[in-house]
Amino acid sequence: MLTKRLIPCLDVRQGRVTKGTKFKNNIDLGDPVEMAVAYSDGGADELVVYDITASAERRPIDIKMVTEVAKSIHIPLAVGGGISCVADMERVILAGAEKISVNSLAVRQPDIIAEGAAAFGRQCIVLGMDPVHSPKCPCGYEITTRGFREFTGMDALEWAKRAVDLGAGEIVVNSVDADGTREGFELTITKMISEAVGVPVVASGGAGKPEHLVTVFRDAHADAAIVAGMIHTGDYTITDIKRAMRDAGIPTRMSY
Amino acid sequence: MTIAIIDYKAGNCTSVLNAFASLGVEAVVTHEADFIAKADRVVFPGVGAAKSAMENLEAFGLADLVREQALSGKPFLGICLGMQILFEHSEEDGGVNLLNILPGKVKRFPDTPGYKIPEIGWNQVNGDIDYYFVHSYYAEIGPYTTGRTEYAGVTFTSAVRKGNLFAYQFHPEKSGKAGLKLLKEFVSC
Repeated sequence: MLTKRLIPCLDVRQGRVTKGTKFKNNIDLGDPVEMAVAYSDGGADELVVYDITASAERRPIDIKMVTEVAKSIHIPLAVGGGISCVADMERVILAGAEKISVNSLAVRQPDIIAEGAAAFGRQCIVLGMDPVHSPKCPCGYEITTRGFREFTGMDALEWAKRAVDLGAGEIVVNSVDADGTREGFELTITKMISEAVGVPVVASGGAGKPEHLVTVFRDAHADAAIVAGMIHTGDYTITDIKRAMRDAGIPTRMSY
Repeated sequence: MTIAIIDYKAGNCTSVLNAFASLGVEAVVTHEADFIAKADRVVFPGVGAAKSAMENLEAFGLADLVREQALSGKPFLGICLGMQILFEHSEEDGGVNLLNILPGKVKRFPDTPGYKIPEIGWNQVNGDIDYYFVHSYYAEIGPYTTGRTEYAGVTFTSAVRKGNLFAYQFHPEKSGKAGLKLLKEFVSC
């Protein structure tokens, strides 16, 4: 049986992994390569690395860092931040990443999804989206961009469907409302999108306890989920979370 | 020892190179026929669509060489699309004839409630160890099937062996320690 993926996320700022709430109060957590290896050995099913300041600083993604991380782990690697064209995507793939995550760029230029999928296959193109609860949109959630700073007026569910039609192979639903709270995933939007699209959906934002992972897999039908703060602080290990998942009857990869 | 990774512009080989490098083995990504023919071991990777992969293989003039190498008795490793292409025929893109080295057909997963296509993630081979899969098409069970995996109501070939020809539907280079173990066995067989 296909197992549910648990994906640690490393937010990298100036070569160091940091953690902040809603892009503020960033705390230094460590070296990206060392943390990637520790999580890979500790049972991560995949890893996501975001160069969180690349776009704001108008520079391309830190390719050296991506290359070093890719060399050091032998599990799937997705990267995002500072991607502005197909040539950027190619550099990231040649550096050893399997997947490229696009978010604000795809909102501005939806065709980048189709171009990326045509060039590398749709399994390489991940749409990241940052929906916020909003009564203005029919599905109840509106897409924000640029690190939650801009509201687009776009309906989150419609955008998810359109992105899949364009060629997105996976969707990361990162709830603005839940992000950084460690009070659990936003189940409503995760479930709505997971049930509406034929590609895997990755839940993101709000993981604080192992039970939150159990809930998002069991009740919101996520195919994978991102964890950050709860493991970065050492409060829980990946194995702690996976044991809770397995004990709740969720298919989980336990041998690593 | 030289390992040739066949480059026919069907996906990127960086992770395969990285995985061999971590085992202390240097591999070379190449489409030079002489180099491939003389190498001690040959790796045939592949990601993407079967039709364009077959077209690229023909365009590089490598189709006959791959067939020859796979049957030469030299250790040969097919990965993902590089496994599927060894079979007879794929129903991808309205039908594509493949290299016809292994008996059997490649089919698309049926649309099945509760299952996303492509299958992306870790799944068990022979009900035991998890490996990392990314695929929408699968090879039928055949006489050389050594690994079976279940998805979308189908039991498919996840590993094959015919003499020194080994092939995996999953990605050993991205399957953590379990995957590296398989690559190590391939290097030392």
